[in-house]
Order: sequence, then C-alpha cells, then structure tokens
Amino acid sequence: MTTSTATTIDVPPTESDRQKRRRLIREQRKLNGRQGIAGWLFVSPALIGLLVFLIIPIIVALYISFTNWNGASNPLGGSAKWIGLDNYKKLLTSDSLTRTNFFRSVRNNFYFVLFVVPAQTLLALLLAVLVHQKALKGRGFYRTAFYFPSVTSSIAITLVFIFLFQGTGAVNKLLDLVGVKGPNWLQDQRGLFHQILRIFGVDSSPGWGKHTVMGLHLWDWLSGPSTSMCVIIILAVWTTSGTFMLMFLAALQNIPEDVMEASQIDGATTRQRFWRVTVPMLRPTIAFVIMLGTIGTWQVFDQILLAGKTNPTMSTPAYLTYQLSFQNSAFGTGAAMAFLLFMLIIVLTVIQRRFLKEKV
Amino acid sequence: MKRTSRRAVTALGLTGSLLAFSACGSSSSSTSATSANTGASKTVAANTEAGGTAAAGGGTAAAGGGTAAASGPTEKGVTLSVMIGSSGDAETNAVKAATAAWGAKTGNTVNVIVAADLNQQLTQAIAGGSPPDVFYGGSGGFQTLATSNALAVTGDKITDSKDIYPSLASVFTTGGKYYCAPKDFSTLAVEINTDLWTKAGLTDADLPTTWDKLEAAAKKLTAGTVTGLVMGDSLDRLGAFMIEAGGSYQKDGKFTFDSPADLQGLQFAQKLAKDGALKFPKQVGAGWGGEAFGKGIAAMTIEGNWIMGAMKKDYPGVKFKVVPMPAGPTGTKGTLNFTNCWGVAAKSAHQDADVSLVSFLTTVDQQLSFADAFGVMPSRQAAKAQFATKFPEQAAFIDGADYAVGQVTVPGFSQVQQNFENAIQGLSDGSSDPKAMLADLQKNAAALG
Repeated sequence: MTTSTATTIDVPPTESDRQKRRRLIREQRKLNGRQGIAGWLFVSPALIGLLVFLIIPIIVALYISFTNWNGASNPLGGSAKWIGLDNYKKLLTSDSLTRTNFFRSVRNNFYFVLFVVPAQTLLALLLAVLVHQKALKGRGFYRTAFYFPSVTSSIAITLVFIFLFQGTGAVNKLLDLVGVKGPNWLQDQRGLFHQILRIFGVDSSPGWGKHTVMGLHLWDWLSGPSTSMCVIIILAVWTTSGTFMLMFLAALQNIPEDVMEASQIDGATTRQRFWRVTVPMLRPTIAFVIMLGTIGTWQVFDQILLAGKTNPTMSTPAYLTYQLSFQNSAFGTGAAMAFLLFMLIIVLTVIQRRFLKEKV
Repeated sequence: MKRTSRRAVTALGLTGSLLAFSACGSSSSSTSATSANTGASKTVAANTEAGGTAAAGGGTAAAGGGTAAASGPTEKGVTLSVMIGSSGDAETNAVKAATAAWGAKTGNTVNVIVAADLNQQLTQAIAGGSPPDVFYGGSGGFQTLATSNALAVTGDKITDSKDIYPSLASVFTTGGKYYCAPKDFSTLAVEINTDLWTKAGLTDADLPTTWDKLEAAAKKLTAGTVTGLVMGDSLDRLGAFMIEAGGSYQKDGKFTFDSPADLQGLQFAQKLAKDGALKFPKQVGAGWGGEAFGKGIAAMTIEGNWIMGAMKKDYPGVKFKVVPMPAGPTGTKGTLNFTNCWGVAAKSAHQDADVSLVSFLTTVDQQLSFADAFGVMPSRQAAKAQFATKFPEQAAFIDGADYAVGQVTVPGFSQVQQNFENAIQGLSDGSSDPKAMLADLQKNAAALG
C-alpha cells in the first residue's frame, strides 16, 4: 500500500449544504425578478388604465365631496373651497330640497332593487333550469334567445321601450284589445302600493302618514314603485336575466350527475329535486347573482336619463348625482351623494354576504 | 418577505378589481358610453323643449341691430376660438360666416367650435384652464361662471351697448357688473292654427287679447281629439300668466313667488287645465307644445320664436298665425324672454380682439342676418323696426320685448324649478294646490341664498 499523493485535477471544493441553499435561492430570486418584471410589464397597460380612469378620479372625487367646487375652475386649487362635511350634512341632516330629492331618489331606487333583484334572480334560475334540460330540442337557440337582450345597448332598448310604452303606444293598443285601458306609462307617477291600497278603499294618506321623515311624508315612503318606474323594472329584468342565466347554467352543469341520479333513485319528484337538491347546491351562485344584481340595480342611470328626466318618481341617486353636478354645477354635493351611495352599497353587500354565507 | 409582498399585491389587485366591479356594476345599469349619449340626448331634448337655456342655441334670437360696425381691435394676427351650441347647420354656418368676415376685416382668424353639449364642454374647458375666448353664455349657467371669475366683464365695452334691451342686459348683470352682451333673444307668444280657428267659427274679434278671450277660445277649440291649448308644463311657460297677473319672480333681490298676483296667474292655468281646455304635452303624447301644435292635437300653443323654424322644417303644412300673449285681468301685458350672451373668458389672452369680435357680431346688420338664418330676434332696439318689416309674421314676438321678463339666473335654481314643475301636471286633476306649489317654490328659492 503506497500512500501516494496523486496529482488530482483541481476540483472546486464541494458546496456545503448551506451554500447550496443560498445559491439556489439566489438563482430563484433572479428568475423571480425577471419573471416579476415581465409580469408587471404585461399588466401595466391595464393597471395604468385602471389607475388613471378609475382610482385617481375616485380619490379626486372624494376630495371634491369635501369642497364646494362648481365646475368652473380647477378643483385642486382654483376657487373650490374646503368645506369639510357640509355637503354630507346638506344631504343628511339639513331640511332642504337637496335632502328631500336625495331621499326620494333613495326610495325610488330601493323599490327598484326590491322588485328587480328577486325577479331577475328567479327568472334567470328558471330559464337556466329550462335550458339545462337534456331533453329540450334546440337548446342552443333558446340559450341565445334568452341571452340576447343582455348583449344589446341599454340606450337602444330604453328608447324602444319608451316608444312601446307611450300613452298611445303598442302596449296600450294591445291592452285595448283585451279591454283594459292602459295608463300613460311613463308619465304615471302613482305608486304601485298606493294603487293596490286604493282597491281596498284606502284613497289618501291616513293621519299617521302625514309625518315627514327626511322631507318625505311617511305615506309617500310607502308608495312603492310608480307605474313609470315599473316600466324600467320590466326593462331591467328582461335585459339582465340573460347574463345571470348563463351563470346559473354554468353552475348547473357543475352539479355532478350522480347527485341527481341518487335523488331520483331515492324517489324525489321533479319539484322536490329542484327545491331540495338543485337550489341548495346552487346557493353560492345565487348569493353571487343577488350580490351582483344589488350592486348593479343601485346604480341604475342610463334608463332614467332617457326615460325619466323630469319624473320625480324615477330619479335615482346615480342620476341625481349627475343632475346636481352637471346641471346645477354643484359638483361637491354630487360627489358627496355618490360616496353615500357607495357606502350604502358596501353595507348592503356586507349584510348580504353574512346572511347568505354557507353555514357549515 | 416574499409572502408578505405577495399578500400585498393580492390585496391591491383585489381592491382594484372590487373598485372596478363596483364602478362597472352589472349589465342592467351603467354603460360607460354615457358622455356621448348625454350629448346626444341633451341636443334632442333641447330641440324639443327649446326652453331657451344654454345647451343648444335653438331658439334664442340672435343679433340685435346696432349702429356702426365694430371698431378695429388693437391686436392683429391673433387666433380666437369661439364655442357655440348650435341649433343646426343654419346657425353653425351663419356664425362661421360672420366670424370669418370679422377675421378678414381685422386680419385675425377665428376657430368656431360647435359643442355637442355646450354646458359640459364649456365647464370642462374652463375648469381645465384653457377656455374658448368667446362662447355662448346661457342665462342658466351664467352666475356660476361669474362668481368663479371665469367671465370677463365686457357688457359695457361693446359698441353702443346702451342700445341693447335693458331687460336682456339685466339678465346678465350681477353684483353691479354687466358681464356679457346678450346676443339675441326669444319671447313667448300664442300660436293659433288658423284652419282649426275658422272651423270652430271663431273670428278676429275672438283673438285672445285677454284672459277671458283666451279661455273662451280654448274651450271652443277643444273638441274631439283636439285640445284648445297645449303648453309646456314648465315655469318657463306658466310663468307668463303669473307676470300677466301683475306678479313677478324677483323684486329688489328677493324672490316673490308667493305673492297674490303670482297665485292668481297659476290659478288661471289651473282653471283652464281642470276644464280640459289646457293640456300639457305629455298628457297628449307630445314632447313639447310645438309637436302637439304641428300634429294638429293642439289648436293653440304658447311657444317662442324657435317654433317658426320647427314648424317650417317638421310641419310645413300647418297654417298658423302668431298673436301676442293675452293681457291679465288688470290689463298687464306679460311674457317671458329667453336669451344667451356672448361670453368672453376671463382667461382669454386677447381681450381687445374678443370685445371687437363681439361688437361686430352684435351690430344691427349681423344680428339681422342671424335672424334670417336661424330665426332669432335681434337684441338691439335699433333693429326692432327692421326686424318687424322683414318678418311681419313674427311681429308678436318682437312686440313682447318691452314687457318680457327674463329667467331666474341664481345658481341652483334649476333644481328648485324642477321641483315646482313636478307638480304642474297635478293641476289638471286637482292633486296639486297652486298655493302650496308657490309656497314651496318660494321657500326653496329663498333657501338658495
């Protein structure tokens, strides 16, 4: 056995574990860094768009809601004075026309939401279940037909509805054929609940109804949507059911077949299957649809702009914000109203999520 | 470190998408193309209502006669921008021709910008710090601009400014400053369908020169599908009755809507409405009084000069005549005027050239040519005679200039006016009480401060 110091090639000293870990982390970081930059680069156009057209205007609008800007100068400097919470006070606590108009618009929009959201959710669910049936011939056609109203321009559809629901329009002519005299739809400001109460003989406000809350009589608070608002309700339900139908359809298709088969084997009738199996399984989608519906309906604007500019029972907070800002040059009040609406929607959404959360 | 930054990014992304969600909403409501649509709908609305506010130039008479042509400016070779809200090609071309003529005469150039939504574009331009040099200033938005120091005080500076009707000049005077020179105006008068008039057996002796005659004629003309009188459900129409009763909108800087005379005027309208002799356009399926008149649903209507152009264009077959508004029970004559002015931006760098341009555009000849082109009335008293000879069928409009009352220009009044007008349709079925309506109007107007 000869101990020979054989000349070996110089091999770099083997890494210790710690060094290897460090090297790998470094390489990973470099890779992350490069991928990170590429990622940010790809996302930047959309981000910049979002920033410039959404985030920054919202922040500036928040600032404006604390000023008395009238639109005729630079809001961030010019003659717009900081007035703190005055705009909010005007909308919530002062006994003024502005507050009355605001709460009237909130009432109108509330009834709109109350009628539209359940109606469109139910209709969308019904349509989705109908279209989901395997036995239905021409499913694709029906799917397209039901979805079609959602794709069309809301302005175009509103104009068509205005035309159809004129005093002497097609709808009233159709009602004439059945012997019913239709109202002058878009001018009729009588509330639905008031009209129902009239059938039962309650013609005018009872004594307690004459108290004013936020500038409106209690009796007026309970008026329900006006006939003119009902036209917009019909329009809204018709145009948005299609979108939600698609969501329900996707959710229905996700329900595993074996669950349905199992329920059939267990002897469930169609109705039982629908209410006891399908609907509970669709619960997250229903919650989602209701949430989207609420958020959307609280912001209804286009239809009001076209059909109900001068109709006090059709004003909504979104339209009132526009009117106050651009026609009355009271941008501060308009912005304050917009943020009050924002907070209202957030509160409602939070409440909804709490109620519709799956109780595990 | 990595985990926290990832969480931060996720949080940011979620907030962003939440904001996007809340902004876009669901498809039932907001569309993003509202600005284009508001422009279109506003011009449509302005053409049908033609209430005389700034939005579209429709209807307010332009040019008043004046005396000499504009004096030369001290500036040469400048380019001015003029923003207008046009009622149509006729008006645009007329303004372009006039400004080009001034430009050629003085060695300057003028850019005429036709705004789709004058109010919006003007406010944006002013807020953005680069306003047009000269623009149509409406009576509605004028005070907002004045208080924000966006308007230069030029009313007195134009040539022979005293010749402008004082009632028009006072609309654009606030705080003792005469801000801008009225460019034209319109007044209300009664338009009568002559065929329906003679068919009902009415003669010249029955022309509505007093309230009683108006009531009698409207009742007689109401038969079948025809309503005797259809007028807009607006303070800008019914207000004429209040003036005729001896009432007023404002006196000594205070609002006077709840005066007994104003009440009398509104009660007259209520009486006609309850009898069915007066209907409002929405009740007969029309967009404005002129539409009902042109379609033969209304035998009479009360509208301003803009109806002349509208009838010629849309309802050429209808034969009609224009008579002055009736006098009230005490013999007071009253009508309303609607006017715009040539506003000069305070930030404009060429004040001299602007004043010279406005002086040129308000000369008698220029104002008469505008009257010819798009049916407005000259704001200069010196042009009255020429206008009456040239357009005898519009004599009733120009005669009203002497006793016409202008709109309220206090900022925020449009909301108060809207609230008042909501109740007007209730006059027909008794669900609105004129006294309560005027009390509310007074309260809300006074609260504007």
